[in-house]
Amino acid sequence: MKTLVIAEHDNTRLAGATRHAVTAAALLGGEVELLVAGDNCGAVVDEAARVAGVSRVIRVEAPFYRDLLAENLAALVLSLVQLKLYGNVLAGSSAWGKNLAPRIAALLDVAQVSDVVKISGRGCYQRPIYAGNVLVGVESDEAVQVLTVRTTAFDSAGDVAVDGAPAPVEVAEAGPDLGLSTLLRREISRSERPELGAAKIVVSGGRGLGNGDNYQRVLTPLADRLGAALGASRAAVDAGYVPNDYQVGQTGKIVAPGLYVAVGISGAIQHLAGMKDSGVIVAINKDPDAPIFQVADYGLVADLFEAVPALTATL
Amino acid sequence: MKVLVPVKRVVDYNVKVRVRSDNSGVDLNGVKMAINPFDEIAVEEAVRLRENQLASEVIVVSCGSAASQETLRTALAMGADRAILVESDAELQPLAVARLLKAVADREQPGLVICGKQAIDDDANQTGQMLAALMGVGQATFASRLVVEGSAIQVTREVDGGLETLALKLPAVVTADLRLNEPRYATLPNIMKAKKKPLEALPAASLGVDIAPRLRHGRHEEPAPRKGGVKVADVAELVGKLKNEAKVI
Repeated sequence: MKTLVIAEHDNTRLAGATRHAVTAAALLGGEVELLVAGDNCGAVVDEAARVAGVSRVIRVEAPFYRDLLAENLAALVLSLVQLKLYGNVLAGSSAWGKNLAPRIAALLDVAQVSDVVKISGRGCYQRPIYAGNVLVGVESDEAVQVLTVRTTAFDSAGDVAVDGAPAPVEVAEAGPDLGLSTLLRREISRSERPELGAAKIVVSGGRGLGNGDNYQRVLTPLADRLGAALGASRAAVDAGYVPNDYQVGQTGKIVAPGLYVAVGISGAIQHLAGMKDSGVIVAINKDPDAPIFQVADYGLVADLFEAVPALTATL
Repeated sequence: MKVLVPVKRVVDYNVKVRVRSDNSGVDLNGVKMAINPFDEIAVEEAVRLRENQLASEVIVVSCGSAASQETLRTALAMGADRAILVESDAELQPLAVARLLKAVADREQPGLVICGKQAIDDDANQTGQMLAALMGVGQATFASRLVVEGSAIQVTREVDGGLETLALKLPAVVTADLRLNEPRYATLPNIMKAKKKPLEALPAASLGVDIAPRLRHGRHEEPAPRKGGVKVADVAELVGKLKNEAKVI
């Protein structure tokens, strides 16, 4: 049974989440095909064809796929599933994948399984509920299995060898333009830093920093020194220290870097849900009873305004 | 324009849930229940639209057991005008809820549906998107700003990497993220008033849709806890541990 992975991209580059979804797709058995729908997205098609494990790239281009909005994309996937008889449809559980996959499932009249962290075979999964405090086994007999997969739970698929052959590319016809929604603007933070969801080291700040200026003054040099991505607790985002896309937690980004440095973060359940699968957790907080110390491998009870600059200077 | 707001009764967000000893599910005996926090934000947004004369009526709807009446009363106390309970004691999965809501929407013909982006019990994050698909209308999930302009809306969404703003024709489905607004507290007089607002109970079976569960939930378990770490005395010891013991820098 073939699997269709839907590529997330910006018409220039494939998003990291898609490579993780390809790895998850391989666990379902059968061939893995990658749908690249977009507009002038040749570079993404080339990149997609070189992802190891992809047996075919389906290329669909139309101006109304440029922004990858859910309505037209879901209608396209519905027609592709009916035409090519895919047994499984996957996307990474990024904000984009979470927006899209349930719409596809409803059009196909099947249940969807969100945020899959383990695949034991087709129709047999595990996923977190209650903010990651419970893991539940889920079984599905649906004719088409529609899944979003948590990117931190599956490795990123690499590229085929330099001298290896890319996957064949098949051009498919565009679906309808439903005209239900239009993108007016995107305000995407541009940064030289690694992407938060994919970084090997994350430095994250919370309310203990006091304000946005302190956040930048204290954490930026440490992140620069470590080559780390910057994150934040919900409290710090709500207080306006940093934009929403910094948020790590149940309703923000789920991260699992090799090293997570939590600075001035108390460790509310919803924050822990977003980072507790990190390799090594360091917590710096002046409150010795902060719950973050219960999950930290190394805890330093100290004034962050002294400890963090000292740490930066020592590294 | 009518605004329809689906609300769900869930375990209160402050409760740390426990798995039953036979791993068959989560122990909900005697646990405090509350309106799903994202749904509360959705109710607030709808009530503000009516207060600003952009909506004519706010209808809240919940699918679940009779106990969900309590959740609907909470929404009425926040300012919703009337409530519909789609009553069922069976397990309702997101696709079933979306179908029930579609049937309610067919009857009520709302100009706008505002849902919470996800329920904090099953964390599925599906119902709003599924409802939009079944209604054949546009969707704007994870909304942090909503502007109504005649027969269209502009919605700013929280996406990976930043924000995006969409224009949608009405009717449409919007799902609320945390920063859409700060919900008000229901005042005592409003709680009293809410008791007199209309609450209609409809048996789910009367809506004529298939609500049988499609997914089977098996073993529930708590993830392996992280091993308690150590406290270090100072920055020098921390750096030493990271370099020599954890070898991560």
